[in-house]
Amino acid sequence: LKDLDVKPKDPKITTSATVFDKPEAYKQFLAKLYSTLSLTGQKGEAGAPEISAPDEGTTAFIRGWWNAQEVTTDECINAWGDGGLVEYHGHIWSDNNDYIKLMYQRLFINISYCNEMIRAVNDNVGGLSGAQKTEIDAYQAEARFLRAYYYFCAMDLYGNVPFVTEADKPGAFLPKQIKRADLFKYVESELKAVADLLPQPGANEYARADRAAAWTLLSRIYLNAQVYTGTAMYGDCIKYANEVIGAGKYSLHGKYPELFLADNDKIKDEIIMPIASSGASSRSYGDVTFIIHAGVGGSEDAANTFGIASGGWGGNRLTTAFVNTQFADPSGNTDKRAIFHTAGQTLTITHPTVFTEGYLSAKWKNITSTGAQGGNSTFVETDFPLFRLAEVYLNYAEATVRGGAGGDAGKALQYVNALRTRAYEGASGNINSGQLNLDFLLQERGREFYWEFQRRTDLIRFGKFTGGSLLWDFKGNVMAGVSTDAHFNIFPIPASDMLLNNNLTQNPGY
Amino acid sequence: QSGTITGKVVDENNLPLPAATVVVKGKSISTSTDANGFYKLSNVPAGAQTVVISFIGYKNQENPVNVSGAVSLNGQLEPSTLALNEVAVIGYGTVRKSDATGAISVVTAKDFNRGAVNTIQDAIVGKLPGVVITSTSGAPGNTSTIRIRGGASLNASNDPLIVIDNVPIDNTALGGSANILNTINPNDVENITVLKDASATAIYGARASNGVLLITTKRGSKELKLNYNVTTSLSVLPKQVDVYTGDEFRDVVNKVYAGNTAVTNLLGTASTDWQKEIYQKAFGQDHNLSVSGTAKNLPYRVALGYNNSDGILKTYNFQRTTLAIGLDPSLLNNHLNIHVNVKGLYNLNNFAEQSAVGNAINYDPTKPVYNGNTRWRGYTTWTDKGNTNINGDPVTLAPANPVAQLDLTDNKSTVRRSIGNAQFDYKMHFLPELRANLNLAYDYAKVFGHNNARDSTQWVYIPVVAGGRLSNYEESRKNQLVDFYFNYVKDLKAVDSRLDATAGYSWSHFYREGHGTSSDIKMTAPQPPNDYITEYYLISFFGRLNYTFKDKYQLTFTVRDDATSRFAKDKRWGLFPAGAFTWRIKDEDFLKNSNTVSDLKLRVSYGVTGQQDLNNGNNYPYLAKFTVSDQTSRYQLGDTFYNTLRPDGYDANIKWETTTTTNIGLDYGFLNNRLTGTIDYYFRKTKDLLSIVNAAAGTNFAATVLTNVGNMENRGLELGLNAVVISKKDFSWNLSYNISYNKNKITRLSLNANDNTIIQVGGISGTFNTIQAQKVGSPLNSFYVYQQIYDSNGKPIEDAYVDRNNDNVINSSDLYIYKKPDPTVQMGINSRLAYKDWDFAFSGRLSLGNYNYNNVASGSTYRGLYSSLGYIANQTKAAEETQFTTALKTNMSDFYIQKASYFRMDNVNLGYNVPKFNKLKLRVSAGVQNVFVITKYKGLDPEISGGLDNNFFPRARIYQLGLNCTF
Repeated sequence: LKDLDVKPKDPKITTSATVFDKPEAYKQFLAKLYSTLSLTGQKGEAGAPEISAPDEGTTAFIRGWWNAQEVTTDECINAWGDGGLVEYHGHIWSDNNDYIKLMYQRLFINISYCNEMIRAVNDNVGGLSGAQKTEIDAYQAEARFLRAYYYFCAMDLYGNVPFVTEADKPGAFLPKQIKRADLFKYVESELKAVADLLPQPGANEYARADRAAAWTLLSRIYLNAQVYTGTAMYGDCIKYANEVIGAGKYSLHGKYPELFLADNDKIKDEIIMPIASSGASSRSYGDVTFIIHAGVGGSEDAANTFGIASGGWGGNRLTTAFVNTQFADPSGNTDKRAIFHTAGQTLTITHPTVFTEGYLSAKWKNITSTGAQGGNSTFVETDFPLFRLAEVYLNYAEATVRGGAGGDAGKALQYVNALRTRAYEGASGNINSGQLNLDFLLQERGREFYWEFQRRTDLIRFGKFTGGSLLWDFKGNVMAGVSTDAHFNIFPIPASDMLLNNNLTQNPGY
Repeated sequence: QSGTITGKVVDENNLPLPAATVVVKGKSISTSTDANGFYKLSNVPAGAQTVVISFIGYKNQENPVNVSGAVSLNGQLEPSTLALNEVAVIGYGTVRKSDATGAISVVTAKDFNRGAVNTIQDAIVGKLPGVVITSTSGAPGNTSTIRIRGGASLNASNDPLIVIDNVPIDNTALGGSANILNTINPNDVENITVLKDASATAIYGARASNGVLLITTKRGSKELKLNYNVTTSLSVLPKQVDVYTGDEFRDVVNKVYAGNTAVTNLLGTASTDWQKEIYQKAFGQDHNLSVSGTAKNLPYRVALGYNNSDGILKTYNFQRTTLAIGLDPSLLNNHLNIHVNVKGLYNLNNFAEQSAVGNAINYDPTKPVYNGNTRWRGYTTWTDKGNTNINGDPVTLAPANPVAQLDLTDNKSTVRRSIGNAQFDYKMHFLPELRANLNLAYDYAKVFGHNNARDSTQWVYIPVVAGGRLSNYEESRKNQLVDFYFNYVKDLKAVDSRLDATAGYSWSHFYREGHGTSSDIKMTAPQPPNDYITEYYLISFFGRLNYTFKDKYQLTFTVRDDATSRFAKDKRWGLFPAGAFTWRIKDEDFLKNSNTVSDLKLRVSYGVTGQQDLNNGNNYPYLAKFTVSDQTSRYQLGDTFYNTLRPDGYDANIKWETTTTTNIGLDYGFLNNRLTGTIDYYFRKTKDLLSIVNAAAGTNFAATVLTNVGNMENRGLELGLNAVVISKKDFSWNLSYNISYNKNKITRLSLNANDNTIIQVGGISGTFNTIQAQKVGSPLNSFYVYQQIYDSNGKPIEDAYVDRNNDNVINSSDLYIYKKPDPTVQMGINSRLAYKDWDFAFSGRLSLGNYNYNNVASGSTYRGLYSSLGYIANQTKAAEETQFTTALKTNMSDFYIQKASYFRMDNVNLGYNVPKFNKLKLRVSAGVQNVFVITKYKGLDPEISGGLDNNFFPRARIYQLGLNCTF
């Protein structure tokens, strides 16, 4: 009968009882926590996923967050006729939308992994000492930072969500729901706590979080505190923006387009924390690989211009409204951030499924700054700049314009003009203090951050995501665009989890 | 005082029976017959004695004789095993069919479908009520899905347990696709018994929820018999998918995209029928040679089979060589009977590149097969820049040239497998009623293969540009089994009773390991190897008690206590009991003498069976495991790439899924058994279904987890009828018919009994969508779709669906359950007509209430004619019905859920028995398989396992000629 107590013989598999006997396991687990920002499982592009979907690439964090933040806005319309994305762009989604479900599952899987890491350190740290103890304590702080980041995403997308921490061991239990405002407090306190535990700005290894990452995220949540809690906290936004700027480690990178190229891992001046990519070693159909492939098609030269000889997927492009509103000159001759492909494309979109309608964004590429193609013709080398200094500048400027305590209008203008000067390669695009208003800042954020998953959050903060004050092609699933209902400012809790967890109350309107 | 007894023993044909055992009952006097059937017993005490004559495969004969001096006694034995109809094989033993208490169906070799039957499935399809067999493709030697009384499980396996010569075998497909039943040559099979109700299956407890198929192979005969059988066949494609021809395609593209030169310029001038290019008339041959006989006291059978069949898809080929050896020695005065079986298989497959089937539908018919390019090996290939540069970069998402796919792909596998067992059955010398039976078995297999493609091919352009593909895989399986049981049979004459008790122990081990590699053809970018090792154990105790009273009333109790290593210590044991009662009404006084009612038996049974077969080598579902990532799923921290370590999802409390079956049946025979049959009603309820369901967010390390959730019911009615319509010396006609009805319903699907739970399944091509769902109150795998709105002419309106929840928005909350893929009613009809030396047989099947999702049609729209990636694609004529041009989500419309009821004439066969020449018997036959199909279904073939019709390998129509000689 002893035969029945089998242990896996496969060398890739270990049981929880013995896995941390080997000290290198901690670092491997830490790598998993970071890798869930871009990868989907334990086998290259597909084959051993943690979330099941017909196309494993759709379960990646970047892809899920990107679709939720971009396809739902004026920055992106998709051509595939994929039901879930049609619902996204038209603001007609329901609690059965698969993309809403997969993103929710991704966030909570990642949170569960962070909780397990925090537990594993707590359980084992007693037996360690010296440098090893210091090191795995640092891992725990990073796990808490990443968990706070995922809870920030959950707060932004779903508002009131299930709440689990390291105190909740895995098993058959039903998590309690937390209110958006309470979740805000939790994220805030965790970020503040770990900010003191993480390494100094720039002091951690490449692609790992440091204090500046925590400060940037703090500045972002405070900028949006009005939305999350009903109480504005612009002064705190300014405070943490100042921490980043005052660290003295960061400056704007000279050339805007290089931020989105295959060798952007070398850009340490502006990028505070990247999501690392590697065509050889980190393969996913849901990281920047997705952003680049999904936006390439038409008459674009996939191999030579984009470094993806295996071809584009002809899906995502910009809406007419976005191009017209943000860029008076879409040629890229004045504002160098207008990196569009227009040959063979019409500006107007009459059929969402026809890829040659609408301008294409050529911002993301798997080509280095010297023109060399990335190492793999499908899986790109281009990192995703998760936090970069430009955001800190614009957060500071906006919080100041909105009257945040401690804001200096002169500095705000200086930061905005620093971005303008880079974009225009000179002072020709600079603005004066009279032009620095909220409408301008929303547009400037669009110009600076399009296709960097900021848009939905920005539009909601400005009250323009739903309602009729800003329309774009096929908003409300109508070509000219129509007003949509305010309940779409928060996504629903997916029906799949509502059915399982009796503790959950659905968001209003669903 | 003593005497001698001499005599001759003959068989049913009055031929001498050598090596028969002749014993004086109660005395230690015995002998065997000689080569001419003669025997002599000496020193037999005078007076009344009983002489027992026995021979394996024959009924024992007891002859009273009064010995005084030299007496003579001749015997004629009646065959027992030859009349296998009368003996039913059950788990761990056999019973007289008339004594069987459970719902079982038997098909013997003589009733198999004739002709080019490559597999056991082909041989028995349509023969058994309640058994649905659907071949998954038209490739020769390919896999079938077998469902006995509908599936009982959701995510656990729904395949029946297969037991070959008392060895339960691992029924998961071997890498390289062919399933276990393909590895057995149908010519070696004597009979197949299907155990359906819990009384019959409970002896196999843990693995019996989906029924059991018992396969018994042919055994040695008493005299030397040589049999050679050859069949040659010609397979043809019965019907092509109706697509636009070159001219029609030019017309429709010019009409839909009038004035859009970017599209119309893509048209070519050729007219290529791509389906004609990829299909062929295919030849096949099947040879079987068997020798059986008895060497001294050792009955043996040795059979060699060779099958070589081409597929109608060019380059497809199936070759199978089988060897089967069966030995049945008897030792120690027939007290020790040994059965030894060794089966070997050597199978070569060329699977071809089967995506060519779909690409032949979609490839632009205005393009020639070859266009003279130099970059793509001359095969016409979609390239960028509007296809003006034939040597340009490929459009990787465009359809691939199907002819190039077939020519340039090398997709072969080799399967070696051996199954063997030695069964020792010892009748106690001191207590002949008690038997001990030991069965030792192994099942070892090795598969290796490759799926390579040349470089400069568009469809393997990703992920390494134009690098081709080298993909190798291998898998080994090592399964072992030990069964041991005691069987005690006692006639209790005093109380007119009979007792038959069995108790035993079973141990089995299943082990698999595999290795796979993949890279481009120059090995510049190898994928990380795919290696795995996995195993599990089953340990069981089982027992059965049969009690018969007055030969009329029978009670059977069965119990099995099973443990699996797949579950945690306190969850792994499952107890599966069953009970049955039969009443032989025919033997009651009021019917005893009736000729009208020649047989009548009532059967009632109730029992519980289990399921732990989790598919996919999922052998550790309860363990908290961590998995290390491979080399392409690493993450960079600092300057180092780390293989990541992931905690895996698990359920520490996972346990047995259990199915409770109630069965009421009647076996009947009328008019001297000219009309016989069975009727059965069953109700089957599965609880704690092993299901893959969403885990509550934040509670596990995977979004979905395998756990015990949900209940399901199957209820049904089965009727089998066999009629001897005509029975004359030179003219006979046997007709059999069966009908089965099954209704399946999911009754619970979530832990908190929320009836709105939906589990979406059934991924469809080309999108992120699924087309089926599990929902409480609906049958398994029901379709989950939008409700189409039609215009006044009955034409579907593009993107117009019913707002079923009345929220003024058409979105994923408006999907609804509509129809199901499994048939409600299945019928089979078989006929055999014999006139003098001629015979004619046919068999056909009717399936009602099954629906398909016509994915071929749903993928055919005007919109699909052109892709902005820069290519045009042919569509089926289904595009004309809808003429959808810009629609967003037409493929999830209920318009494409189509009724797929059908009647298929599986087989007709005409045979002629050449008058006997000396000992040589010759039979020649000719027949057709897959003769015709009657259906209103709009797709190519209505018979689709699982109901998702998406460009499957079409079933061929096969013409065949056969020759059989016996010597």
